[in-house]
Parts: sequence; C-alpha cells; structure tokens
Amino acid sequence: MADNNSNNPKNTNEVTDPGRRSFVKNTGIAVGGVAGGALLGGLFSSRSKNDSNSNTAADKGSGKEKRYEEARMYFTRIADFAILEQAVERIFPEDDNGPGAIELGVPYYIDKQLAGPYGSNVGDYRQGPFIGSKAAASDSSLDRGQIFINGLRTMDAESQKRFDTNFVKATEDQQLEIMTDFADDKVEVKGISSKGFFNLLRSTTLEGAYCDPLYGGNRDMKGWKMKEYPGAIASYAHMIEEDQFVKMDQVSLTDYQPK
Amino acid sequence: MVKTLDKVDAVVVGSGWAGGIAAAELTKKGYKVVGLERGKAQKREDFVGAKDELRYDVRKLMFQELNKETLTIRNTLDETATPNRSNDTNAINGTATGGSGVHWNGMVYRWLPTDFEMHTKTVEKYGEKIIPKDMQLQDWGITYDELEKYYDQFEKTAGISGEPDPLRPGQRSDDYPTPPMKETDIIRTFTKAAKELGYHPYRIASANISETYTNPDGETINGCVYCAFCEAFGCDFGAKADPIATVLATAHKSGNYELRNNSYAVRIIHENGKAVGIKYVDTETGEEFIQPADIVVVAGFTFTNTRLMLLSEIGKPYNPKDGTGVIGSHLTAHQRNLTHTRVRGFFDEKKFNRYAGTGALGVTMDDFNVEQLDHTKLDFLHGFCLRTSQRGDRPITNNHVPAGVPSWGKEFKDKSIFYANRRIDVQQQNGALAWRENYMDLDPTYTDIFGDPLLRVTSKFHDQDRNIVRYAHQRGKELLEQMGADHINIPEITEETEFDKTSLSDHTGGGVVMGDNPETSAVNNYSQVWDMDNLFVVGASSFPLMGSSNPTATVGALAYRAAEGMIKFLENGGGQLVKKEETAKV
Ligand SMILES: Cc1cc2nc3c(=O)[nH]c(=O)nc-3n(C[C@H](O)[C@H](O)[C@H](O)COP(=O)(O)OP(=O)(O)OC[C@H]3O[C@@H](n4cnc5c(N)ncnc54)[C@H](O)[C@@H]3O)c2cc1C
Ligand code: SF4
Repeated sequence: MADNNSNNPKNTNEVTDPGRRSFVKNTGIAVGGVAGGALLGGLFSSRSKNDSNSNTAADKGSGKEKRYEEARMYFTRIADFAILEQAVERIFPEDDNGPGAIELGVPYYIDKQLAGPYGSNVGDYRQGPFIGSKAAASDSSLDRGQIFINGLRTMDAESQKRFDTNFVKATEDQQLEIMTDFADDKVEVKGISSKGFFNLLRSTTLEGAYCDPLYGGNRDMKGWKMKEYPGAIASYAHMIEEDQFVKMDQVSLTDYQPK
Repeated sequence: MVKTLDKVDAVVVGSGWAGGIAAAELTKKGYKVVGLERGKAQKREDFVGAKDELRYDVRKLMFQELNKETLTIRNTLDETATPNRSNDTNAINGTATGGSGVHWNGMVYRWLPTDFEMHTKTVEKYGEKIIPKDMQLQDWGITYDELEKYYDQFEKTAGISGEPDPLRPGQRSDDYPTPPMKETDIIRTFTKAAKELGYHPYRIASANISETYTNPDGETINGCVYCAFCEAFGCDFGAKADPIATVLATAHKSGNYELRNNSYAVRIIHENGKAVGIKYVDTETGEEFIQPADIVVVAGFTFTNTRLMLLSEIGKPYNPKDGTGVIGSHLTAHQRNLTHTRVRGFFDEKKFNRYAGTGALGVTMDDFNVEQLDHTKLDFLHGFCLRTSQRGDRPITNNHVPAGVPSWGKEFKDKSIFYANRRIDVQQQNGALAWRENYMDLDPTYTDIFGDPLLRVTSKFHDQDRNIVRYAHQRGKELLEQMGADHINIPEITEETEFDKTSLSDHTGGGVVMGDNPETSAVNNYSQVWDMDNLFVVGASSFPLMGSSNPTATVGALAYRAAEGMIKFLENGGGQLVKKEETAKV
C-alpha cells in the first residue's frame, strides 16, 4: 500500500521511519476504494485518520531511493489493488515481530506474479472439461489472475452487503469476518470456491513475505530477518553440529549469485 | 511423416537413475546406446546460484511440465477421473536430464528380505487368512540375498554415507563406501530419546555424501557442504550423488552414448512379439522419429512405463473387476496425505538450527518394521520406519504452528515465527500394499499434447492403510514426549482421509510388476517383459508393493540386475533370461 502513496500527492512530503511498527494502522488508507478508482488522495479509512504516516522509502522525499519497480503490472483498477493490500495485511499483519505484508512488498509481489506465467497458468494442464471439485485454484477454469479479480471483488461485494461499506473501509474486525468466511468456504465466488481463492491468497502472501527479494517481496530481507532465516548461504558445514542456535546475517541471491 | 533412424544396440527411454544405470552398464561393454529424454538438457552449471525457494521448491521448476501431460485421478471404478492440473496441487516427478534423481533428497534404504517374498513370508508366519480380501500380496521372483550385490553396487556408484542398521545384522556384504554425515542437535535429541525408549536408532544412509569420493567408474562426487537447498534443487557443489554426476557421466565417457533431450517417447514399436524401437517426438521441431534398436529399455518412471505399455498394446491390461491381466495392476504409493504425514513437536525453550541441513541428514530406526512386529496383535500388515531429518527449513514452505493456532492472521504470524526453529518432526514411512481396485489404465476423456490418452489412476485408501499410519503416529508422539516437546501435533486420520490429487508421490510403484509367474506379473527378475524378450521395463513400475522406506536404492539395485540381463541377452543372442514358472501363485 505504501506504494500507492507514491501516487498520492498528499503523502509525498511525509518523512517517516521505515521500521515503524505502527504502520499497519495506515494500511487502510488505500487510495480510491470507491468506484471509479480515481486517485482520491487523502481518502483514509476511519482507522487511519489519526495517523497518516506512510512508510516506504520510496515516497518520502527524504532522499531515499525510489522503488521504480513498484507500479502495477497486472491489476488495472486501483480499487482491486487496494482490496488486495488490505487482505494480505490481514493475513500477515505488522506486529512486534516486524513488518506486515504491505511493508514487505507483498501486494506488488502478487501483482508481478499474476502478470507473469503463474498468473495465466502457463505451466498447468488446461484441457477441459473443468468438472468436479473447485477446492483448489488450479482446478478452476479461471486462471489465477482471474481468480484474484473475482475473489477480491466478491470480498468487496460481501462487505457492501453485510456492512454497507466497501472492504477497504470496513473495520479490521469486519474484514476478518469476511475473510474467515472465505477461508471456511462459505461464500459464493464465480468459477472458484471461496476457499480455493483464499488458499491462493494465503499462499501467495507467504511467498511475498519470504521469497528472495529479487521477486519484489521480502523487502530488504525483513521477512527473513524476522524469522532468523539466513537465505542463500553457500555452506553450513562449519556450524551444523552446534547445539546452540546460531544467528546469521541474511544473504540474498543478488549477493550470492556469481555475476 | 515418421522418420526411421539407423538402428543401435539399445534405446533407453529416460535418463534418471534407472535409465542412467542401464546406459552406463551397456556403454561400458561397448554397446551403442541412444537415450531419449523428454525434458531439457541440464548439467551442474545450471544449478550454480540456484538457491531460490520460490522458483524451485514452490513453483517446482524441476518437475514434470504438466501442460504436456498429466495424470487423471479418481477413487472408484464408477467415478469420472479428473486431471491433476498443477504442480501447485501435486508435483510428482522430474523431467530433464537425470530425472528425479537430480532433485531427490538422497535417503538411501535397502528394503527388507520380507518385502521380496511378501506373500510367502506372510502365509508362513500367519496363514493365508490374515490377508484381507482384495489385498494383493505377491513375491517378486527374487530374494533379498540375490539382490544384495546389486544394492552394494548402487551404493558404491553413489558413494553412499551411512552406518549399518543394528537390527539387520548379516545383511550387508560390505560397509557403506563413506562414513555417516555430521551429527546435529536434532539428530542427537532424537537418538537419545529413542535409546531411552529401548529402540535402535541409526543414521539415515545418504546420497549427499560426507566426504569426497571417487566411484568404481572413476566419477568423483564432492563432500556435501550442508547448504540446505537440496530436495527440489540440483546440487551446485557436485556433492549429491545424482545420475548426471555418476552414471550418465560414465555413459558419456565411453563414447557410446548419445542422449537426445526434448525427445518425447510416445510408443514402443513392435512386430511379431519383438520390440523394434521407440517412436518419439522432437518437441522442439514437432518431428516424429522411430529409433530402432536390438533391445528397448523403458525407464521413464512408473507412470510413463505403464502408459507406454498400454498405449503400445503390449501385455494384457489389468482388469480390476475379475483381477485378470497385469499391465496397470499393483498401484502402491507412499501417499503424501497419509504415509508422509508427520507428527510435529514444538519446543518452547529450545531452538535448533533448522535452516541448515541436507536432503538426507537424519536418524532412523527399524524397531517397527514388518519383521519386528507381531501382526496377530495389530490391525494392519507390513510396518514402518520412524525417523527425523534436517533438510534445512526454507521460509515459504515451513510455517508450522501448534494445533489450535489459526493458519493466518496475527496469532499465526507470531507463532509461525516463534516456532520456526523450535521444532522436531517425526516421520513414519510405512509399507503400502496393493489392493485389487487400485490400478492404472488409460483415461477415456483427457489427452496429452500429442492427442494420446492420459494415464488414469483409480485408488482408494483402505482401513489397513489408515490404521498403520495412526499406529505410527502414536509411536512418533511417544518419541517426541521423550524428547520433551511442549506441544505435539498429530495429524488427524479419519474415515474422510481419502486418496486424492495430492496423494501420489515420487514413491509410486506398480503397473508393470515383477514376479515369477507371467499370469500375475509383467516382467521377470531381470525386468525383462515375459511376452517380449528384447523389451526391458525398469524402475518402480516393477514393485508389487511399496516397502517401508524410500525406494530408489531398490530401483537402482533392480536396474543393475536388469543391465546384467540386457548384457547377457545381447551376448547370447536373445531369449528369456528366466524360466517361466508354470505353477500359478496367489
Ligand atoms: C523431491 C524428491 C525427493 C526424493 N527423495 C528421495 C529420497 O530421499 N530417497 C529415495 O530413495 N527416493 C527419493 N525420491 C524418489 C527418486 O527420485 C526416484 O525413485 C528415482 O529418481 C526414480 O528413478 P527413475 O530413473 O526410475 O525415474 P525418474 O528419475 O523419474 O526418471 C525418468 C526419466 O524419464 C523421463 N521420461 C518420462 N517419460 C518420458 C517419455 N515419455 N519420453 C522420454 N522421456 C521420458 C523423465 O523426464 C525422467 O527424466 C525423491 C523424488 C523426488 C521428486
Ligand atoms: S545439501 Fe549438500 S548435497 Fe544437498 S545440494 Fe547442498 S551441498 Fe549438495
């Protein structure tokens, strides 16, 4: 979400600490949750009104490097992307351990994945008929990209129906209620079970939190740092016999691969 | 237009362990061999810098391309099967040079003497009546003692690191070629608890090897550096015994081997009861070829082996209704949602270095194998090994939490991070026995990219299959209690736990099974087809059951035996290598 803010003139001058734990509270700011997807800067959710800090390095005007790779490749409507941001942050929220999905870059990670072969099921068996259970996303005649669109929009419609507000502006508890029903397969989504969609959302969220940063997720290896996972290490031969836990510095493929 | 190429001595479908061993042994003797491999060319250089969990472990880059071919799955004869569409659902086996052997874990077990004479030994010990109706037990037509030298040969080719199983004295003609791998805190914790309970733990024999080793063919495998990107990955250090580093290198060195990649075998061509060659498609150009040969070796793993026999109309297809025919019968597997489920122990006060490891780094025990148990007191046949291993937990695929914690949200995040390094798993691997209505045939609806029917798998779990796993879980739980785990997750195995698209694994056998009787088996103990002397079908397709540990050493041993048979066949100008035994068994 933070990255939306780079499109958001209201936020461009704010300087914030990227490590801030309270960032999650802001994630409702999601630009343009309403129809039309206009860039309605400053359209904050009720939760974020009190705290309008943003926190990517990209958008601060603080002289930090811009993340040019953070623009949308797959999602055409900003409203869909805003729902995605909220949903992934509910799955993997910011807490005392460290950043949540948004700060880790998960929404852009998912956007990039859906724009590529994974999003259009290039590697899968796609011959019809598509009969039987739709419990898994790959059993659907929709490709993964379409599943995300249908799933996210159904979450929004559910929010309108239940709470008379869109998903992005619903309270955290309301969002969780809807997502729990999706996970429990209680909602109708066209072409896919709600559980199938939810499982895909969950798995891609974890991918984005913990993949090598080359994919645009796990920003600055913060996912790995939280989990004390070292990344691409050539050898553990020197310490594998230790009976104490050994904390190591993180290494990404950018540094590991021969160039 | 199909183009017929010049004849060679042998054509081998597949470049995995099975096909690679056949190619190495034949080419060493001077025979000209053409290998056909559906997947792309790959070599060690492709694995350098490949420590990318998303690409390899999650997107399964080294696994079969399902957009070309997959399996269809159903439970019962009256259902319509549907395809396994994605490696997200289940990635089963490899493709590309070296097959699954490139990205295997490298746990190496010899199966038990009882496995090879399962019918005879069961009846001897308990009488015929202990065998449930619809269970199909069968002897292999070869004993452990006869296979022992081939196990030894496989272990020496691969440089296996290990120590003997204390419960199997006198079953080895020689030590493992290299000593066991390093010992970790997890291994020590399991070993201590197992000994306290009176068990006999020993180190898992490993194809990630403990020190640099040169095999009898002159191929060198480096000592493993415990890099933790092992299963699902190729080894960038040349430290995992795989077909590329060993048997394929030996075949190439002879000057007698040509491996054709992107070459998809579609039929075994035969005339008058003799195999003529393999018809294949070059998937880069779309051209079709026939590669004629004196002997035809099919080593494309269980599914391809069975499917090529059915598509080529060789042997009698198995009929589950009356139990006649053989091709497609005895489908067994270590199923991911049953056999491969784990009991997980969580430790609040203790952290292990779980991020470090290798594919086969662990400790195992045989105290509950088929030969140790008294089945009159149990509600299942066969037995299991119990073990723990430290493969190196990668963060996307390892987010385990104690039972009761949700699978997403605040508490999930907190606990999955807290327990990331505070866990030990106990895994059983149990014997899986064949049932009459678990089998493979050709699907009536779905086809591959060439328009040929897919292979259809029909399979159901039976009470015995569930009972053995439940029993093993309890033993795993006791071990974890002894280790001092604070929370223990035991997978729930209910009546609803059923065979589905996630079940099959790279440990799947059957379809072209071995035996001593052509009525109930497709191949003899040289993997030679009874009805077609110059056709050898090699690999787990010949297993009439799935033993209680990983299968590849047995695939390797049978492949060495088969290669010996092929050489005999070529030297002696043909003929059946095993006399058909007319006494019908089972
Ligand atoms: C992730 C993973 C971990 C494993 N870990 C272990 C372990 O720890 N211990 C153990 O014992 N076993 C393990 N296994 C299983 C082991 O890899 C297999 O038992 C073994 O590789 C089988 O060898 P194979 O040569 O019979 O088949 P494969 O290795 O599958 O080789 C068959 C080859 O034939 C090719 N082929 C198939 N069909 C065609 C066709 N129509 N035309 C042309 N080519 C074709 C395939 O592309 C493949 O290269 C593991 C497997 C996997 C996938
Ligand atoms: S763990 Fe060892 S054998 Fe496995 S890939 Fe790493 S170095 Fe190779």
